[in-house]
Amino acid sequence: MQPLLTIQGPETALFWVLAPLSIVAAIGMLLVKKAVHSALLLAWVMITEAIFYIAQDALFLGIVQVVVYTGAVMMLFLFILMLVGVDSSDSLTETITGLRPIAIAAAVGFGGLLVSLLGRATLGREPIGLEVANASGNVQGLAELLFSKYVWPFEVVSALLITAALGAMVLAHHQRTNPRPSQREQAVNRFRTGSLAGAAGLPGPGVFARHNAVDVPALLPDGTPAPTSISATLKARGDVIDSSPFQLDNVDTSIVEEK
Amino acid sequence: MSINNYLYLSAILFTIGAVGVVVRRNAIVVFMCVELMLNAANLTLVTFSRINGTLDGQVVAFFTMVVAACEVVVGLAIIVTIYRSRRSASIDDASLLKR
Repeated sequence: MQPLLTIQGPETALFWVLAPLSIVAAIGMLLVKKAVHSALLLAWVMITEAIFYIAQDALFLGIVQVVVYTGAVMMLFLFILMLVGVDSSDSLTETITGLRPIAIAAAVGFGGLLVSLLGRATLGREPIGLEVANASGNVQGLAELLFSKYVWPFEVVSALLITAALGAMVLAHHQRTNPRPSQREQAVNRFRTGSLAGAAGLPGPGVFARHNAVDVPALLPDGTPAPTSISATLKARGDVIDSSPFQLDNVDTSIVEEK
Repeated sequence: MSINNYLYLSAILFTIGAVGVVVRRNAIVVFMCVELMLNAANLTLVTFSRINGTLDGQVVAFFTMVVAACEVVVGLAIIVTIYRSRRSASIDDASLLKR
């Protein structure tokens, strides 16, 4: 007869501290505007889950959760966020009218159904706990199962991993359909197409001798900022500084004699 | 404390993830919500492994992690490919089949 599971006081305290925090972080994930903040909140949820795994005698899974999810997967997410950048899809305005109330109502119904089902369902016996199964160590117990009962799924999963890696490489590989224009062709095209306005290239950012950072648009001869002189990414992110304070009229040009 | 509390927690997290998939428009955030749902399922598996006193649930959770890793790799590659051609990571903009 196996000993029945008793949950000790420290684990109860751990649960009641971390579970609300993880739920708050998960809800915050939906509410924050920037995808980077969502990623950080998700990383926090994953770390709390890793702590829960370790508290539940799943030491190996807890460590793997930290290494694979908060390490590799979230890093991949942040990397792709860096590649894709910020665009309009970050906005929280709903494009399909009435979608949000319907989604929340459905979620309350679905979640309530799940929770009430779990509350009423019984296994017909008390929880056992993993003391016996983990007697020779959690990693050893898992390895025994992986390489005996689950060896075929394990091999299939390895094939899946290789396929996924190959698929990602195929998708990420970019094959040019037309040859890359040479520098000479680019120069010729600049003069032959449309107006000559772009012939000299785009204006550089910054106000000469006043502020030469990349987030300040250059000033055109009539004093208006040149919109093409700054990166579109900076503009979308809202990190552009107004260049009007650096105009000659607005700057104090009186010479003060140094003593 | 009853061990069922872990199951309630994972049910709540799963529901939050499902709402996120429906509500958010950025494809990457939608993907993160899918990850949240997979994690919630993993918590259920680990908890049931403890209830049943066998390690089978943990092995299945391990397989889920591997599948989730594959899914993230391929999914993010698809997002990058769509972004490269359509200059947008919004799931509303990927509507070529509608027209």
